[in-house]
Amino acid sequence: MLRKLLVWLGVTLMVFSLFLVFVYVPTERTMGIVQKIFYLMVPMGWLAILSFLIIFVGSIFYLAKKSRRWDNLAFCGAETGLVFTTLALIIGSIWAKPIWGVWWTWEPRLTATLVLWLIYIAYFMVRSFASEEYRGATFAAVVGIVGFVDIPIIILSTTLWRGMHPGPIIFQGGLEPAMLFTLLVSLAAFTVLYVLILTQRVSLRNDQMELARLKELYH
Amino acid sequence: MKYWQKIMTVTWKDTIAEMRTREIISSVLVFTLLVIVIFNFAFGTNQTTLNLVAPGILWVTFTFAGVLSLNRAFVPEKEQGCLEGLMACPVSREVIYVGKMLASLLFMLIIEAIALPIFAFLFNLPVLSLQIIVITVLTTIGFVTVGTLFSALAVNTKAREMILPILFLPVVIPIIISAVLATGTALAGGSWSELASSLQIIAVFDVIFLVVSFLVFPYVIEE
Repeated sequence: MLRKLLVWLGVTLMVFSLFLVFVYVPTERTMGIVQKIFYLMVPMGWLAILSFLIIFVGSIFYLAKKSRRWDNLAFCGAETGLVFTTLALIIGSIWAKPIWGVWWTWEPRLTATLVLWLIYIAYFMVRSFASEEYRGATFAAVVGIVGFVDIPIIILSTTLWRGMHPGPIIFQGGLEPAMLFTLLVSLAAFTVLYVLILTQRVSLRNDQMELARLKELYH
Repeated sequence: MKYWQKIMTVTWKDTIAEMRTREIISSVLVFTLLVIVIFNFAFGTNQTTLNLVAPGILWVTFTFAGVLSLNRAFVPEKEQGCLEGLMACPVSREVIYVGKMLASLLFMLIIEAIALPIFAFLFNLPVLSLQIIVITVLTTIGFVTVGTLFSALAVNTKAREMILPILFLPVVIPIIISAVLATGTALAGGSWSELASSLQIIAVFDVIFLVVSFLVFPYVIEE
């Protein structure tokens, strides 16, 4: 029931945000039509960080309670997070090309996203190199906790390294109200999509675990 | 024994082992020297170029040296079954962490104390200033706090030496960035206030990861 509601909410929000992006919101003066990718880029960046928050929470509870369900939450958060972080990097490159003329630029937040992506990779690597599965889960939880705590420091240092960028003005009233509204709607639309994907993935993995356990039991 | 004495016992054990084998300090020192020399070939001997790339060379060298020495922090323990002995000791797991961390810190600082003058000598740069020493000590503390945690983790995986850099490098990127920035400013004759923002980031990293590693370390080595 709740899932159906979420699906419809997601579809509605997604269509509404498409309408807002392509019809309603005014085109930005200096960057022109290219700037509209902003309404896709920001949700991706947001989901990359939200996923790590989920990994963090799942990891802490896994270490404390040693329950597979928490590890499943963290692991699925990492999988979806890796997808959205990769997308954030790709979309960032697509945006950088017309604006700066190069595919990749060491812009602070793009750099921070890249570092975040590398930590996501480390999370999966350590899991696959563990000798037993439960140890891999524990090690991954440690990486998840350390990685999440590292994010603010990464953002601080990359900002210091490259200097400020138009970004931080977004929530200080520097953004046109219509643009802010469009951004918030697309953020909401993608967050709903994210919650849907994550819950599907978690229930799939829980079922996989249960099936494996039953197989073991009756084999 | 008091808490502090227990920690010192673990550190002392590692120091004695290192004094007898000289495994970490001698090999990492030779490695450091080699890296510095190879960088010299990579960038040529033009003094203006060297002034520009020196902070980078210094920190790439120290980062690799850190990975190399931290890798050895738990490998001998594991190979000779010392880890089980340590864990059977009537001390908490946190004591083992802090003890091993301090030992690694000591080894790294000795290596850097020898490498910095060599660096100054070969590159003809004033890296022996108080500013650069402070940057080096703070950054090294950051390296060993996470490094000891990840080293204990890596030794329990199948890949061992492979896994430490994969975990360690992305996490320490913020302090490498800050250390390179601060070293560049210091070499250009910047004042302490210009270094403040970089040093703050490194110090914050040190404190946060000392606490986080201290808290999660027991889960890494449990059997």
